Amino acid sequence: MNTNTLIEVRDLTKYFKTKKGMLHAVDHVSFSIGKGKTLGVVGESGCGKSTTGRAIIRLIEPDSGEVWFDGVDLLSLNQEEIRKKRTELQMIFQDPFSSLNPRKTISETIEEPMRLHNLVPDKKERQLKVARLMDTVGLARRLYNTYPHELDGGRRQRIGIARALSMNPKFVVCDEPVSALDVSIQAQILNLMKEVQEQLGLTYLFITHDLSVVYHFSDDIAVMYLGQIIEKAPSDELFARPMHPYTRALLLAIPVPSIHDRKERVIMKGELSSPINPGQVCRFASRCAYVFDRCTREAPLLQAKDNNHEVACFLYKGE
Amino acid sequence: MRDQYEKYSQYRLVVLRLRRNKGAVIGFIFLCLLVASAIFADFLFDYEAEVIAQNISQRLLHPSFQHPLGTDEFGRDLLARIVHGSRISLLVASLAIVLAVSFGGTLGAIAGFYGGLVDNVIMRITDVLLSIPMTMFAIVIVAALGASTRNLVLAIGAASVPIFARIVRGAVLTVRDVEYVEAARAIGAKNSTIIVHHILPNCLAPIIVQVTLRMASAIYNTAALSFLGMGVSPPSPEWGALLASGRNYIRNYSYLSVIPGVLIMLTILSLNMLGDGLRDALDPRLK
Amino acid sequence: MMRERSQSKYALEIRDLAVEYRTIEWTARALNGLDLSIEKGKTLGLVGETGAGKTTAGLSIMGLIPNPPGRIASGSILLEGEELLTKTEREYRKIRGKKVSMIFQDPMSSLNPVLTIEDQLTEVIETHEHLSNRECRKKAEQMLELVGIPADRITEYPHQFSGGMKQRVVIAIALACTPALLIADEPTTALDVTIQAQVLETMKNLKNMYSMSMLMITHDLGIVADVCDSVSVIYAGRVVEHGSLEDVFDHTRHPYTIGLFNSLPNMKDRTMKLKPIKGLMPDPGNLPRGCTFAERCDYAQGMCREVYPEKIYRNKEHYVRCHLYLSKTIESEMWNR
Repeated sequence: MNTNTLIEVRDLTKYFKTKKGMLHAVDHVSFSIGKGKTLGVVGESGCGKSTTGRAIIRLIEPDSGEVWFDGVDLLSLNQEEIRKKRTELQMIFQDPFSSLNPRKTISETIEEPMRLHNLVPDKKERQLKVARLMDTVGLARRLYNTYPHELDGGRRQRIGIARALSMNPKFVVCDEPVSALDVSIQAQILNLMKEVQEQLGLTYLFITHDLSVVYHFSDDIAVMYLGQIIEKAPSDELFARPMHPYTRALLLAIPVPSIHDRKERVIMKGELSSPINPGQVCRFASRCAYVFDRCTREAPLLQAKDNNHEVACFLYKGE
Repeated sequence: MRDQYEKYSQYRLVVLRLRRNKGAVIGFIFLCLLVASAIFADFLFDYEAEVIAQNISQRLLHPSFQHPLGTDEFGRDLLARIVHGSRISLLVASLAIVLAVSFGGTLGAIAGFYGGLVDNVIMRITDVLLSIPMTMFAIVIVAALGASTRNLVLAIGAASVPIFARIVRGAVLTVRDVEYVEAARAIGAKNSTIIVHHILPNCLAPIIVQVTLRMASAIYNTAALSFLGMGVSPPSPEWGALLASGRNYIRNYSYLSVIPGVLIMLTILSLNMLGDGLRDALDPRLK
Repeated sequence: MMRERSQSKYALEIRDLAVEYRTIEWTARALNGLDLSIEKGKTLGLVGETGAGKTTAGLSIMGLIPNPPGRIASGSILLEGEELLTKTEREYRKIRGKKVSMIFQDPMSSLNPVLTIEDQLTEVIETHEHLSNRECRKKAEQMLELVGIPADRITEYPHQFSGGMKQRVVIAIALACTPALLIADEPTTALDVTIQAQVLETMKNLKNMYSMSMLMITHDLGIVADVCDSVSVIYAGRVVEHGSLEDVFDHTRHPYTIGLFNSLPNMKDRTMKLKPIKGLMPDPGNLPRGCTFAERCDYAQGMCREVYPEKIYRNKEHYVRCHLYLSKTIESEMWNR
């Protein structure tokens, strides 16, 4: 693993047992993220992006695979060791309304991680640190003793960010951090997250379904479909030259807020195929406009083309 | 979304809503009077002189200015006995409930949080216990252990344990999968911390409501058991016992039974109205 | 009995509508003098953020404002020339589903999980039209086919459909009696983007087929560009800018609308920092004097905090409520995006 990589995920897998069979939520996912960089993971509901994010930091226990963080495989640690590692691996959650304990004031919420791990034993110093964190995320100090229900979504999300930052983590998984917010507030929070990343040298895994946001926020983007990464490339490259038919359809489906440059939309037919017992085939075949025989008999592997661009599709085999 | 940050803590909102419920307010006032009389019983009526001491010459007097509620068959002032009796009823009921909430609540929290086999075992046991009517259960325990105030508390407390186990388990289940619990795990909290600091404080609403309702039931059972002679021993002026001893004089001196009976009824009614009011005030959907 | 055909060229006209919500703690003005108009056969996009009053506007038209704690304080709503606010609940029931329909954001909770699709579709048809059972069923099947669902699935239950299909069923139910106006409140927000594309396509086809008028309530300017003919931007209970699609997208005037466009990520240059609007929407229980946007506006001057701006027209349709403009200056491009 080269020294500029902070996190390397290899073959991460998580299946869920259901009455109808094995649900392939995350299927042999691999990627790496460089220090201080942001990897965006996009996909629609059911693609496994949230499960992947949680599996990496072991909020959900993966079935197999390796997660190399700072020279250690996180999946090999026991419960107590991983609990201690949590100071370096943090998460920002999607729903500002349910990710904060309604019975704790916002200062108690931000302070809690420090208290749990006894990072700052002196009470006064802790309070000062909380106040400074509030400054960093743009929360007025007079809100110190307020409860979440008194605040709006944008401010609550800032609390979540402050909580995640309170232990000076190296890596933060952001699970749809702005999806529940209004557009103008989204922009505020995204700017904040970027500033904080630059200031503290954080590495982000940014999970979202919103393509315009991921383009703006990430250095590289991985597109997931039914538990697998089907394309991965630097952001500009992905948007300029999308290769996988799903990525193409996805990009074309985004409503463009302009009355010029109206692209001809390709409406994707059909619905998602089932993630239960999908078999060794291309999982997108049932909806693909370019499907041919091989797609229904074999599963394409993620392969690197030029420009750091990886794609899993038989249309590009070999070239 | 207020920029003028008045501290609208959740408790204040609940109190505001509660105040609008006339029934709950009346119930609350009655209960306050009751508690006050229990606390100041000794100041109002000296125990030895008025409650215990027999005064045959004064026996069976109808209510008058000197004895506002009359006297009983031993010449003791009924009002004095009732005021001291409130102490016993409230004490027994409160202790029993505290017992029930602690044991039942812990069992329920463990069952709800860990699920699986632990949950199954605990729930099947509570199922069995719940199938026994509470009063019967209490009677059986007192019969086995003997009649005394301590055993009364144990019996009624034990009879209420399964209910609280159920309630707390249900409440824990609703909160267990909420994002802030996941967030607590993400920051590295241990399971015990999560249950105590994050889950239980947010389960209080249904527990509070049940406490008031179960208190009513505990008072009822205390009275019932004493009525049957299985509770406190004479000359303790517990209301149920008063009811029992007044039975023989019901034809000409009905006040001896009726008044304690009415008070038992009023207490239970007040607790129920308060409990209903609390349930409505704490209902998050009405916000 | 012959119903009078309305001569009005507008399917919907709302004038000066005020709606308030009262609770023990406060009184909030959700709508504060709302003006809205939709021409027959056209689609109006009502754009705003959470708390601006968009859903309240939709519910007011349908007569579905919960009372208590809400009530319509003043104003008028004309549906095809007919005043709605004076109607009794009984009269309103004849209109809902027949002259005006509404579809909501979450298809999961819009459909009754214990009834089949057939039951739910025929319910609305039976309520308003006098057809035999067989005719009702036939009509229901037709509607399903129209929204792209095979008719033989009519006997299934909602849980057997995916999110996008559920929403299309909801659309079929809404349009079963060919209403003059369809109100769509964030119909695709809960759906994936590719499914959203399918559903919007379906809605556009149906709109054209029935020459129906539509009120599309949304916060997504992309959807507005795709589906709408004209746009009203709503902020704190009032429309601050209104015009045709071209007026509002290419000749944006109100600072709030400009702010909305600026908050969107620039798809050409990812390194450019986003330009959010500072601050938050005001509390509807505590609206400021003067222009409600003033405290967030980069261009606010003294008068903005004292007097609520009047409508200034740039052309026949495009108007804006903002003190920055006078009738003569509004045409020139003062702010470039």
